[in-house]
Amino acid sequence: MIEFRIDASTGVSPYRQLVHQVRQALLLGVLREGDRLPTVKEVVAKVAINPNTVLKAYRELEFEGLAEGRPGVGTFVTRSIADSSLSAHATLRKDLSGWLARARRAGLDDDSIAALFESTFRSRVNEGVA
Amino acid sequence: MTAAIEAVAVGKRFGRTWALQESTLTVPAGRVVGLVGSNGAGKSTLLNLAVGLLQPTNGQITVLGARPGRNAGQLAKVGFLAQDIPLYGSLSVGDHLRLGARLNPKWDATAAEQRIARVGLDRSQRAAGLSGGQRAQLALAVAMGKRPQLLILDEPVASLDPLARREFLADLMELAADGLSIALSSHILADVERVCDHLIVLAAGRVRLAGDVEDLLAAHKLLIGARRDANRLPADMTVIQESHTDRQSTLLVHTTQPVLDPSWTVSDVGLEDLVLAYMAAPSAVATSTIAQAVAPTLRSVG
Repeated sequence: MIEFRIDASTGVSPYRQLVHQVRQALLLGVLREGDRLPTVKEVVAKVAINPNTVLKAYRELEFEGLAEGRPGVGTFVTRSIADSSLSAHATLRKDLSGWLARARRAGLDDDSIAALFESTFRSRVNEGVA
Repeated sequence: MTAAIEAVAVGKRFGRTWALQESTLTVPAGRVVGLVGSNGAGKSTLLNLAVGLLQPTNGQITVLGARPGRNAGQLAKVGFLAQDIPLYGSLSVGDHLRLGARLNPKWDATAAEQRIARVGLDRSQRAAGLSGGQRAQLALAVAMGKRPQLLILDEPVASLDPLARREFLADLMELAADGLSIALSSHILADVERVCDHLIVLAAGRVRLAGDVEDLLAAHKLLIGARRDANRLPADMTVIQESHTDRQSTLLVHTTQPVLDPSWTVSDVGLEDLVLAYMAAPSAVATSTIAQAVAPTLRSVG
């Protein structure tokens, strides 16, 4: 079962954070098809957010076809989005760790690394490559 | 569905001072309403009117379809936690529950007892010896023993440490998930953003902004661009707040239309910025009746 957390300092709305965390968990294989998401009451009791925020996030996941609400039972993951790419994660993670180590040796701090990644990612997206 | 709180042109005067004026708003049932505003803006007055502890000088307020505090039935529907969490210091936790049972015709002993047990309060302990967080939990247990449909809290978390505050809010949200309507006032905007889905901004005794948070955020944008006169904006835009340097203009506007002018960098407005903008709006500005759904006409442009 996934456990949500809300970071108030990011400026990202709680609803988006919930959706993102489910997607992230699906990508990483932490959540799989058939898994039950925590009930609205369980989530709000844990992270103290408005119940409608949770409902909205779950509706969004349903709209995306990632989850399905079954009345009286709960909300369930209906699709894995990890399957095909998950096997590549280990190698990619290793490459990235190596790259991070090189960036550190070159004297980049956390902010510079994040900025470099962000700008490279964006320019690749704009070129339609990523 | 009957509204939780409905106010029509409500005013309350203390001596020569108007604590609240011309306040019109509708809070649908099932919402968690955040009431924000500076000290003296009229938050406590509005809450006390909703409970029935105060009577309006003019206008009309209805709570769950009836006049507040009109009879025992109406009183039983509304739970209230006052600002300073008043408890009887010399009475024990158990005494408070017995008192609740005596004073309330439809007392739910199980609900109150379960709440006490869950937060680990000792029934024999005197209220005077409780921590801030425990006091708030005891008061909440007594309020919930009434099985209210609407719970009103005046700055419930102001005196609590961060951990107790989070736990208290989590408990409130569990109650909200069960369908309880909640109205609370707070200065802590981060909390309001987290737990509230409906917002009322008061300033100088008037309602500046009221509505569902989602709608309010969708109807406001932050525009940043080369310096220009705010008077030359499309007619559907209302400037709430503006600031200018010699080269740049930053405008917080209310608009229901997409901003098409490419010379503006348009971004969404966070709840905190929105609240602060309305709190800071000059007091001479009258709130129009559309405050209900959208925003006051601070300045019509176009």
